[in-house]
Amino acid sequence: MSPGIVVTAILMIGVAVGTPLVVDQFELLQLTVFASMCILALSLGVVWGYGGILCFGQSAFFGLGGYTYAVTAVNRGESTLAIGLGIVVPALFAALLGYFMFYGRLSDVYLGVITLSVTLIFFNLVNSTAGDAYRIGSARLNGFNGMPSLPTFNVPGDPGRLLDPTETFYLVMALLLIVYGGLHLLLASHFGRVVVAVRENETRCELLGYDVRQVKLSIFTIGGGIAGLAGCLFANWGAFVSPTMFSLSMTSQIIIWVIVGGLGTLVGPIIGCLIMQYLATALGTQQLANTNLIFGVIFLAFVLLVPRGIVPSLGVLRARWLRARSSRPAA
Amino acid sequence: MTPPVLETHGLSIRFGGVEAVRDVNLCLAERELRCLIGPNGAGKSTLFKLLTGQLQPTAGRIVFRGQDITGHHTHAIARRGIGIKTQVPNLFDGLTVREHLWISARRTNPARRAREIADEILERIRLTGLADSAVGRLAHGQRQWVELGTVLAGNPLLILLDEPAAGMTHDEVARTAELVRDINQTHALIVVEHDMQFVRMIARTVTVMHQGAVLVEDTMARILTNRTVRDIYLGKHGGGA
Amino acid sequence: MDLVAVLGLEILNGIASLVLISVGLAIIFGMMRVINLAHGEFLMLGGYAAIIATSHGVNIWISMLVVAPIVVGLIGIVAERLIIRVLYGRMIDTLLATWGLSLFFIGLVTTIFGNSVAGIGAPLGSVAVGRYSISLYRLFLVGVAAAMVVAIYAVLRGTRAGLLARATMENPNMAAALGVSPPRVYATTFGVGAALTGLAGGVLAPISGVLPTVGAAYVAKAFITVISGGTAIVAGTATAAGLFGTVSQLVTYLTTPVIGEAGLLVAAILLLRVLPHGITGRIFRGSL
Repeated sequence: MSPGIVVTAILMIGVAVGTPLVVDQFELLQLTVFASMCILALSLGVVWGYGGILCFGQSAFFGLGGYTYAVTAVNRGESTLAIGLGIVVPALFAALLGYFMFYGRLSDVYLGVITLSVTLIFFNLVNSTAGDAYRIGSARLNGFNGMPSLPTFNVPGDPGRLLDPTETFYLVMALLLIVYGGLHLLLASHFGRVVVAVRENETRCELLGYDVRQVKLSIFTIGGGIAGLAGCLFANWGAFVSPTMFSLSMTSQIIIWVIVGGLGTLVGPIIGCLIMQYLATALGTQQLANTNLIFGVIFLAFVLLVPRGIVPSLGVLRARWLRARSSRPAA
Repeated sequence: MTPPVLETHGLSIRFGGVEAVRDVNLCLAERELRCLIGPNGAGKSTLFKLLTGQLQPTAGRIVFRGQDITGHHTHAIARRGIGIKTQVPNLFDGLTVREHLWISARRTNPARRAREIADEILERIRLTGLADSAVGRLAHGQRQWVELGTVLAGNPLLILLDEPAAGMTHDEVARTAELVRDINQTHALIVVEHDMQFVRMIARTVTVMHQGAVLVEDTMARILTNRTVRDIYLGKHGGGA
Repeated sequence: MDLVAVLGLEILNGIASLVLISVGLAIIFGMMRVINLAHGEFLMLGGYAAIIATSHGVNIWISMLVVAPIVVGLIGIVAERLIIRVLYGRMIDTLLATWGLSLFFIGLVTTIFGNSVAGIGAPLGSVAVGRYSISLYRLFLVGVAAAMVVAIYAVLRGTRAGLLARATMENPNMAAALGVSPPRVYATTFGVGAALTGLAGGVLAPISGVLPTVGAAYVAKAFITVISGGTAIVAGTATAAGLFGTVSQLVTYLTTPVIGEAGLLVAAILLLRVLPHGITGRIFRGSL
């Protein structure tokens, strides 16, 4: 177990335990949604950074998870099955889409286009479901208005006992830790090594007897399920889902988080997500200059100065520092 | 008489107007070492791609260990026991030498046995000292050996080597020949090579291809004196021993 | 009978619209493999250039057909020099940088011109066809789209500049050895692609209106069209636009515009499944 992983895990636990004690309710809610988005970032981080799959439509699974949770929770009045379905349904859809794409030998930019199209289709379709006719069970989809006043998480088996903000925060941080740790274990396993090998050289993997279509399908499905979980958490946070979860803007943000944090690591997407979320919130409240303008300049400066992403760049700096240390003559 | 490990019947592939492989009938016995030579464009690498399922033939059949594998998927053929070291090396540049061998062996072995096999093959290819180096940083000759070792780790019955000595120094070539002879004790091999020195070090039966078809199949000595072969190939390369 | 004519025209409109928004991108992506996420903003800037020029008294046709492409073409050349050139071959960095450029332009335009700006009406009026009336301006757009396609084909095929551009894209080192300056070719190509996009934005301004955020509606469709078209710039974009425009307009006619949009996306998905390298990856291979 590399020191980096241990440090990250300890930090997460520390943050999880300590935060509710020092921040107020508003900030706690902020951090809860930040953490939920980190899980979303991880989903693309593993699919793209490790699997090499250029998915431009990760928001599709995010939105699907959120809406599945919404529809199920409204119909059942209870959250447990809703969360379960909110993970399974996006995962199943990812499996279907993945089968369609990988068994059709689609790759890189073409795959990006298809995944982008899928999320935009969802956006368009869900956006136009306003009106009473569009309902699943007792849940009206409401089109561009979104679905408000959703039932939030309750203790399993006790619909009356809802989780308060602190408990929700603990739950989300625990899930973040589980997903982070789980993905690390997965990537260290035989399957995980094959996923990375497929990214490095698909042909060589096939020539060694691995069915790369199946490998890609599997990791893509896992990513879909994790994004769906993030969708449920998001729905719970605001008690609200809307078609913007499927939008171009949303799917682009996820990509940006991963790029900024560093493609090819698991802690990178988390850091990238936190930084971008924090910046968006901080900049959103100031009046000095247009938010888009500032973000645009930041991105441009970032690319020209920190091209590899934050985590890998820090890694390079650390390596340089270590080399400089070891080349100095012994005292 | 044990059945042949590989047979092709009328194997052909056509790209548009060009027949890159024409009516090839090959027969390889168990643990036979066959050299496949011929000028550039003769269809040797294409034939290898047909055998591994990377290309689909437009005519003919491939029979491996008595089973018809024509049209099967690449990974399925690899699982049946055909391994290949490709002309342009196919490696995982970001992974270490050890990881290459491990991942190859791990598909059919539990983790501990896979690690043992990796160590054994590291010894065999004499790269134990570089076991934890990223393959992307190795010299060309070493990369060839890594690929050879990776294929070997999967323990395929038939190993195809496409230009294993390309870009190697004389010593490396000799070492590779030694390795090939060693591997031949337990595996069947088809070796494509342009380096005639190398071919002479290992050859028994030699198949000569020209313009997609098999020109002649014979022992190395007789190939060297065959007038037609000289004309199309050896004549230009200088047959001097 | 009028219905068929009108429907046919609607389909032509749909195709023309796709061609207009995609052609500049086809040049930039097709020849340079640069994924320019600021493409929608180039369209937007073209629209703004046309509208601002018109509101300052410039003849509307000149604003749309001359001012818009020149302004955006220049912007494109500057962007290529300062940013894109530094990032050749680095796709991820190009994604982030052009996304940054996109946000920058949206922010800049919002800051200077505010959130909305008075549009310009579509000139030329309409003409009656049986029970329906068709906008002559839309016919004009079809003409512009067709002219663009023909012009690009003619330049790439028939002129020395086009030949140099194609050669540099295939093999920059060889071209350099023959005395061509690849950086100059790249800058020109990017500038031309941007200019064509600016032109498209200009002529589309009267019917689409201009907001700083209007680019987002176009960028996805443009990329989907270009990539589904495959590697051939002219043949690919034209056939993809033809296919998607037809499907989209037919579905719109039968249902609603939103479902029509979805229809376009579904068509793209199905197409790429059948032809994993785009249309011209298999059909019309090797054409321009």
